[in-house]
Amino acid sequence: MTTVSTPSLKSQSFTHQWVAFAIMVLVLVIAPIWVYPIFLMKVMCFALFACAFNLLIGFGGLLSFGHAMFLGTAGYAAAHAAKVWGWNPELAVLFATACSGLLALVTGMLAIRRQGIYFAMITLAFSQMVFFFYLQTPFTGGEDGIQSVPRGQLFGVFDLSDNSAMYVFVLAIFLAGFALIWRIIYSPFGQILKAIRENQDRAISLGYDTDMFKLIAFVISGALAGTAGATKSLVFQLASLTDVHWSMSGEVVLMTLLGGLGTLFGPVVGAAVIVSMQNYLAQFGAWVTIIQGVIFVICVLAFRRGIIGEIAHWLKKPL
Amino acid sequence: MEIFGIPSQALFGQLLIGLINGSFYALLSLGLAVIFGLLNIINFTHGAQYMLGAFVAYLGLTKLGINYWVALVVTPLVVGATGMLIERTMLKQLYKLDHLYGLLLTFGLALIIQGLFRHEFGSSGMPYPVPEVFKGAYNTGFMFLPKYRAWVIVASLVVCLTTWYVIERTKLGAYLRAATENPSLVQAFGINVPRMITLTYGFGVGLAAFAGVMAAPIYQVNPTMGADIIIVVFAVVVIGGMGSIMGAILTGFGLGLIEGLTKVFYPEASSTVIFIIMTIVLLLKPAGLFGTQK
Amino acid sequence: MKRKLLSLAALAACAFAGSAQAQISDGIVKIGVLNDMSGLYSDITGPGSVTAARMAVEDYMKSTKSTLKVEIVSADHQNKPDVGSNVARQWFDTDKVDMIADVPTSSVGLAVAKIASDKGKLHVNSGSATADLSGKACNANTIHWAYDTWMLANGTGKAIVKSGGNTWFFLTADYAFGHALERDTEAVVNKNGGRVVGKVRTPFPTQDFSSFLLQAQASKAKIIGLANAGGDTTNSIKQAAEFGITKGGQNLAGLLVFLPDVHSLGLNIAQGLMLTETFYWDLNDNTRAFSKRFAAAQGGKMPSMVQAGVYSSVIHYLKAVDAAKTDDGTKVAAKMKELPTDDPIFGKGSVRPDGRKIHPAYLFEVKKPSESKGPYDYYKLVSTIPANEAFRPLAESECPLVKK
Repeated sequence: MTTVSTPSLKSQSFTHQWVAFAIMVLVLVIAPIWVYPIFLMKVMCFALFACAFNLLIGFGGLLSFGHAMFLGTAGYAAAHAAKVWGWNPELAVLFATACSGLLALVTGMLAIRRQGIYFAMITLAFSQMVFFFYLQTPFTGGEDGIQSVPRGQLFGVFDLSDNSAMYVFVLAIFLAGFALIWRIIYSPFGQILKAIRENQDRAISLGYDTDMFKLIAFVISGALAGTAGATKSLVFQLASLTDVHWSMSGEVVLMTLLGGLGTLFGPVVGAAVIVSMQNYLAQFGAWVTIIQGVIFVICVLAFRRGIIGEIAHWLKKPL
Repeated sequence: MEIFGIPSQALFGQLLIGLINGSFYALLSLGLAVIFGLLNIINFTHGAQYMLGAFVAYLGLTKLGINYWVALVVTPLVVGATGMLIERTMLKQLYKLDHLYGLLLTFGLALIIQGLFRHEFGSSGMPYPVPEVFKGAYNTGFMFLPKYRAWVIVASLVVCLTTWYVIERTKLGAYLRAATENPSLVQAFGINVPRMITLTYGFGVGLAAFAGVMAAPIYQVNPTMGADIIIVVFAVVVIGGMGSIMGAILTGFGLGLIEGLTKVFYPEASSTVIFIIMTIVLLLKPAGLFGTQK
Repeated sequence: MKRKLLSLAALAACAFAGSAQAQISDGIVKIGVLNDMSGLYSDITGPGSVTAARMAVEDYMKSTKSTLKVEIVSADHQNKPDVGSNVARQWFDTDKVDMIADVPTSSVGLAVAKIASDKGKLHVNSGSATADLSGKACNANTIHWAYDTWMLANGTGKAIVKSGGNTWFFLTADYAFGHALERDTEAVVNKNGGRVVGKVRTPFPTQDFSSFLLQAQASKAKIIGLANAGGDTTNSIKQAAEFGITKGGQNLAGLLVFLPDVHSLGLNIAQGLMLTETFYWDLNDNTRAFSKRFAAAQGGKMPSMVQAGVYSSVIHYLKAVDAAKTDDGTKVAAKMKELPTDDPIFGKGSVRPDGRKIHPAYLFEVKKPSESKGPYDYYKLVSTIPANEAFRPLAESECPLVKK
């Protein structure tokens, strides 16, 4: 294993990251002029989902194969809150985030004790349990899903059924989530997480309660994945079983892998590529699955750094 | 006669169906356990290879007139060969890396194979006829047991026990087990370890394909047939112990029975019970019921 | 003088006709055929529905010499409500689709109906079964063609109960359609003096029904009601035969069986099945003519009730567009309800205020192999249910559009 090199946070230059961030914001603000806003909102939701997932694997070193359970739980929670209880969208999203966070806490406490493959398998098992639970319970509507979810009025004032207003809302959530993850990665907490990923025994010998750190990372990751899921169900006004199915867990792995594990902007790019591909190739049906499989294989064999990872490697600066 | 309020007829019927499902779980988890135990690879492609087995049998029948019995022998060889090709060309390069990459690679391969077949054949099932010898059913008194399903139980028991015997009780099996413990030492003794690994992967895949052929007359030949069963099979392997052959066999049959029982008393939980057990086992005995911590 | 006035009037009329064209959004009437192209319903709908839609446009243009420009697009919703609603939303928002046709799988149908209503477009559904589309989920922008669960329950269900099948056990596909069919059939069974002794929900879709069939067997109900369709129905029927269910004295009731299902089962297994449909290719000269043309374009496969429904609904839609001189969804829907239908395929009928299209229904029995003269010659007509009795009476409808 490589040694942990910890350059002083003060001397590390963040300029290129700020540039990349500015580009990203610019693109997201201008794009709706030409590109279908609903599509862009979908990209942002999945980008947030992938960023949350990346926090766990890229920086925590833990591959969760069950992240769909957070996306889906929040989706159902927000849909239920908005439709049945008539809550405002911001409250629905907060509530759903809390639900996912709670689920992450419970499952995390049980899963964190194991490493590597076993951790992945246990998250997969939990995700399946959650899936079959949602399949049976009446409130989710089973195969039908929760349909006709009202977008409601933000803060009781702004009507979100207008696509432009909804776009601003989703953009704000995405940027806030992204900024939060950015802040976490470059905080002392984030550094310790990286240390645990590189060499857990050494971290323990330095006196850190590694299980607690991993659990916190897992909860944050799950909660933010939940935020993405809640927002998504409000955008599409539908919460369905697809969001809790294990293939969704596989997709977020793909997005992060393609974009670049352990990079900041990688998951965003990965999500954009995969969602675009799904959209424009939708009429070719099974080809989407085939191409996703090919991307997986190529990334694992020859492209492990991912898109942003390769760019960062070339620039010799973290992105 | 009633047991716990359920007529014994219904109970035994569901247990028998559970045993049949268990046969498939056992066959598939056996292949997975062989591959993981000896190669340390999580073969996510296993479900797709099971589906390949069923399709090769189906295509063999419709395009080449190959009957069920020939298919039972030929299909595992054909699909096993493709497995060996995958191992030689792709998996080999990942051995030095984190095991998780192997999982991701095989996951990607599963998507490719499944996607290709879904593209070609759609997602509804192709019919595969039950072989003549097994048409009809035994009237056991509490249910009609189709002869073919009885054959499934017998065949899988035979294959499972034979595999266990070969790996645990023969010299060849001893070489295999030694090679996983310490490949360089075994290689120093003159045994071609890489070839053994390739053949072992091919054998595991062949087992999956064999299960696929057996499944064709019951479950319809369908591109998505591997996708959902693979998750259950993972749970079986994890519960039994990732490297334990006997563990996989016993857990496979056992879980089939438990699933059948749950269907009688509390049908809503029948899909989840396996994962609940897996979570409990992983917490109490992380190496699985019969496994040894590596 | 009179002649001059007449010609002036004629000129003016032409000018009006010309400007009326401008009320068609972007000058094109775009129809989207959304259905299951590769899954368990692909034979009943799938690419065949697209062919049916194209035939409808051709036939309409030829017979009326209409000046409408019509385009057809299609997509696969994979039986998933999220995929279906995404396609519908994108079609309506950016692709300028004016009407969505077909849409099997009731959960998707309900989602598309809501989207059409939100956006003021039109949804003419021939594929979904749930009677809720003209019941509590009805809206002014959705029209339900071909068939629904109420009609099936009162056709097949009533006939079976009246002939002695008075204890029922349901195998229900676990989604909107299965639940609706089970609910409507249970009501019929109870009304006619029967009793439901048990029910079990099967995952959608399922390949192996063995454990559910065993439960049905254990219930000792005289009739095992199959509240499912397509591949689910054919699998349950085949496996019921394997497990000796019928030998044990119980009978299967296929509550929704289509011609392609009988074709894939084969008459050996399917003979004696009672079913209700609103279309059969061999009913009369008109249906035969349509079906032969359809089969020529679809490799010898005869049309299903849903595909015939797509044909008939598209023709009536185009008629309404021409009559209303617009493709605005809400206005065309109102016009479709105004104009009566006289279809070569479905006979005389009309579209009611709740969006339900009514036409006669037919109770069929599947022929024995010895009675059939060739492929697709599968049904014998048992009785005809007239249009005003075949569907749920308007008085019983929960649709908010219906003034009580």
